[in-house]
Amino acid sequence: MAPMKVYGWAVSPWMARALVCLEEAGVEYEIVPMSRCGGDHRRPEHLARNPFGEIPVLEDGDLTLYQSRAIARYVLRKYKPELVKEGDLEGSAMVDVWMEVEAHNIEATLWPIIRHCIIGQYVGRDRDQAVIDENLEKLRRLLPVYEARLSVCKYLAGDDITAADLCHFGFMRYFMATEYAGVVDAFPHVKAWWDALLARPSVQKVMAGMPPDFGYASGNIP
Amino acid sequence: MAPMKLYGAVLSWNVTRCATALEEAGSDYEIVPINFATAEHKSPEHLARNPFGQVPALQDGDLYLFESRSICKYAARKNKPELLREGNLEESAMVDVWMEVEANQYTSVLNPILFQVLISPMLGGTTDQKVVDENLEKLKKVLEVYEARLTKSKYLAGDFLSLADLNHVSVTLCLLATPYASVLDAYPHVKAWWSSLMERPSVQKVAAMMKPSA
Repeated sequence: MAPMKVYGWAVSPWMARALVCLEEAGVEYEIVPMSRCGGDHRRPEHLARNPFGEIPVLEDGDLTLYQSRAIARYVLRKYKPELVKEGDLEGSAMVDVWMEVEAHNIEATLWPIIRHCIIGQYVGRDRDQAVIDENLEKLRRLLPVYEARLSVCKYLAGDDITAADLCHFGFMRYFMATEYAGVVDAFPHVKAWWDALLARPSVQKVMAGMPPDFGYASGNIP
Repeated sequence: MAPMKLYGAVLSWNVTRCATALEEAGSDYEIVPINFATAEHKSPEHLARNPFGQVPALQDGDLYLFESRSICKYAARKNKPELLREGNLEESAMVDVWMEVEANQYTSVLNPILFQVLISPMLGGTTDQKVVDENLEKLKKVLEVYEARLTKSKYLAGDFLSLADLNHVSVTLCLLATPYASVLDAYPHVKAWWSSLMERPSVQKVAAMMKPSA
């Protein structure tokens, strides 16, 4: 069986979302590195894989998939269906709920903070503290809900880890490398949940490809 | 068995996204309005349904769900699982791809247009035409991709109707209520896809819900 291929740059938090699920699934895969600054994602050969010109893209035999959460669901459904609570009507609904919460709230608030605190300095963008502060405020209103949830169960969809938790990893990884990690640490159950994620071999493996400078200062510009 | 309760107003395209799925799935449900003017969304009763104090929320017996796309998937899994194709790895993957595309490419650019044109004036604000124009340009690029896709298959995930198609209905109905409905005209396969969706009784029922009362 040919290994699955994942196209993209490993420092990307979207790529990380797909990679951590591949690692959890224990499936053989290879990363096909692409260059963002070289515009690889806009070339015709990539547009043939993903007409929206984005990464990650997964190839599994004849099947080509894009959108990191769709990739995550496919890989887990195929190899570790318990991580999407397949066959469990209520359980799978809770996985969906917290994946959606991450998509619309966490990614949306952490990404601007990451762009301004980490990436901006390397790409000639002035740090906009107003944008950072606005999103930190949103985060401070979200975290009590996470804290309450994680006080009644160990992971977001219940007492077992699922895709919902794993999908938070990529953006959390970079946010927790900024000076604002304390905002999360102030919530003890959220902090414990994050520490539990960090302890997973799958997470550690993917993190090794995600230096806190996003690759810009360590010679691996995306 | 008590009907499921969908909390929220039909003015919200997130609420009517759920109504579309519930209708198509043939679910037994009722819509229960939430009064934002009296801060009902912040009441302990509603926070028990949705801890973020938002709509929609769904109650099915003891189960409370929130986030519109999760609610849509639950309705499909419960009452019409063929809308998700979860027994088939490749087909379900394509449904997932196009559900993500709806959220991250299509609705993400429609949301600001709909807010500026339909909601802002209702709240006593003005329409920021620059925001509308910028997002219309992005929408056209997205529709080019949809056109290419729908040239190859009847529906988005393949030749079968899925939740991916249905999740587009509520925001597209709202687009038709703006002066920019004609943006679809340049994309004949998208228009044909939309026309076939509009013929469905479920979609007609939701369209009727969204019309302001006489």
